[in-house]
Amino acid sequence: MDEISSLFHGFAVISTPMNILLMFVGIILGVLIGVLPGLGGANGVAILLPLTFTMSPTSAIIMLSCIYWGALFGGAITSILFNIPGEPWSVATTFDGYPMAQDGRAGAALTAAFTSSFIGALVAVIMITFMAPLVAKFALKFGPPEFFAVYLLTFCSFVGMGKGSPFKILASMAIGFALAAVGMDTVTGQLRLTFGIPDLMRGFDFLIAVIGLFGIGEILLSMEEGLAFSGKSAKINAKVVFETWKKLPQYWVTSIRSSLIGIWMGITPGGATPASFMSYGLAKKMSKNGAKFGTGEMEGVVAPETAAHAAGTAALLPMLALGIPGSPTAAVLLGGLLIWGLQPGPLLFVEQKDFVWGLIASMYLGNVVGLIVVLTTVPLFASILRIPFSIIAPVIVVICAIGAYTVHNAMLDIWFMLLFGVIGYVFKKLDYPLAPLVLALVLGDKAEDSFRQAMLVSQGQMSIMYSNYLVGGITTLALILLFWPLISRLIALVRPPKPKEFNVEQPVD
Amino acid sequence: MESSEQSVAEQRVGVSTNTVEAVVALLVLAMGIGVIWGSWNLGSGWTTDGPGAGYFPFYIGVILSISGVGTLFQTIFGKNKNTDVFVDGEQLKRVLSVLIPAMVYVLAVQFIGLYVASAIYIALFMVILGKFSPIKSVIAGLGVVTLFFFMFEVWFKVPLFKGSLDPLGFLGY
Repeated sequence: MDEISSLFHGFAVISTPMNILLMFVGIILGVLIGVLPGLGGANGVAILLPLTFTMSPTSAIIMLSCIYWGALFGGAITSILFNIPGEPWSVATTFDGYPMAQDGRAGAALTAAFTSSFIGALVAVIMITFMAPLVAKFALKFGPPEFFAVYLLTFCSFVGMGKGSPFKILASMAIGFALAAVGMDTVTGQLRLTFGIPDLMRGFDFLIAVIGLFGIGEILLSMEEGLAFSGKSAKINAKVVFETWKKLPQYWVTSIRSSLIGIWMGITPGGATPASFMSYGLAKKMSKNGAKFGTGEMEGVVAPETAAHAAGTAALLPMLALGIPGSPTAAVLLGGLLIWGLQPGPLLFVEQKDFVWGLIASMYLGNVVGLIVVLTTVPLFASILRIPFSIIAPVIVVICAIGAYTVHNAMLDIWFMLLFGVIGYVFKKLDYPLAPLVLALVLGDKAEDSFRQAMLVSQGQMSIMYSNYLVGGITTLALILLFWPLISRLIALVRPPKPKEFNVEQPVD
Repeated sequence: MESSEQSVAEQRVGVSTNTVEAVVALLVLAMGIGVIWGSWNLGSGWTTDGPGAGYFPFYIGVILSISGVGTLFQTIFGKNKNTDVFVDGEQLKRVLSVLIPAMVYVLAVQFIGLYVASAIYIALFMVILGKFSPIKSVIAGLGVVTLFFFMFEVWFKVPLFKGSLDPLGFLGY
């Protein structure tokens, strides 16, 4: 049981008063980010990343991952009390959470949401504890072709598992890769695609893109809808919490199923949002009270929250073990690792034991801290949403501008941020997915490096992608996923499918 | 690089979603062709010491162009065209009421620094769009900026852009 002793070592690493304090700071900032419209997990972490430049990597990742947990918790507050999902992954929580709040059971709904978030995260962290070292050990055998195949798989699975037009997913992904290519070429030192503009030499930083696409884009969208918050008041006291906890064990089947869905969708880059919808759909189909879903059924809060949190947590497994993030937020954390001088990937488990196990241990502790913080401070955070939007909007723009500036201390980046904001707004309205763009921007250089190394090994022969069973298998899987929209159409032609009740659950196959 | 043209496309009130869709698809196609052209010039073939600098971006440009054409094709010849209005006048006004001040703000940051510009921006935004009293707005603006000052310069030691005005320069920050 190497993992257990490593884990305890991790707990020893993080148990300093400073780290525990940072954990609380991170969770509180995270919940704040989750509650505020326009700030979410990915851009919240991106904005606060520069704050950690002076810290040790372990303290920095503890604070940033806690911001992420906080944001995951925070999304539920607005969904239940205001019927406004603070984060995309808490949309499904509004279906039953808001009716419960209207019913006067806001406290119970919040307790159920937080507790099941916690359980989802816990299951996913346990999975990471035991799986990540194995995956990393396995990945140590990978050469450039294998890594390129894994990158290919990551991006193809966006196409295969995404909803909407595959062309739009491809476009968004290719834009990310193209922007990543701008600037100095890492191998030959040539300037690429700068079109003679010296400021483009640095290239596009993905943090700027994340802050613009998710932050400014979201503000523009919220503004368009003309936000008027009218919330239910939340009162959580110990009695409500314990009564809800007494009821929760009867939904254990839902919890386990939702955790598994979440873990699966988190490791593959499906993400927390589809995971929460899928889990809600399945719970509705399989539950005895399925017909009552949507009218304030507690199980309808448990299912999406468990899955969303499990997915959000599980997305860190490929980031840690392979250096390939499963979600935009994991991508930002990966960017953080690079800035602190750590090389993500399988070697991390060998060379940076303290860091990795510190992070994993902080996931356990961070979620406990998160649960305590949100259960005790809900009314405080709910009152933030009563602040008029005309105060919140400029403050968020200022925060985004500061975040964009501090990445490289460059004014031009703030302009890029605004530009990305407009792109994000238009893309969101036209259903172009943003996650592939961000991931491609982060992974662009690394994917290209592994591709070029593989091509060097084979002297330009594509057949290296089938040079052994491992790389061939991954490549084949990737190609199947890439052409899945076509394949599924062909299957439908040959054998007309039964009408599906929930189209969101399709990616499960 | 493409957004300026996009926002021009939006400004015509009542423009249908599939028109915007087609414009964006064309922009994606144009970007793809630009990337292909750029990487072709760099050398997208095989050089003596391996794949050239434009080798990988070339294929990215190809994918970009294909997806642009594909989306365009789906938009023009697709079965279910989305002819809903992309943004109506009222929505556009609200969006621009955030976007334009934000642009002015960024321009101001360039000259008078982050702190001063932020305080003025927040206060003016509250007075003009939020209809708050000037006193409340100024207090809110100064309060937020002071909080940021302590958070960034003092606690986390991250210097922000001061521009030509540096009211707290005497403190050594």
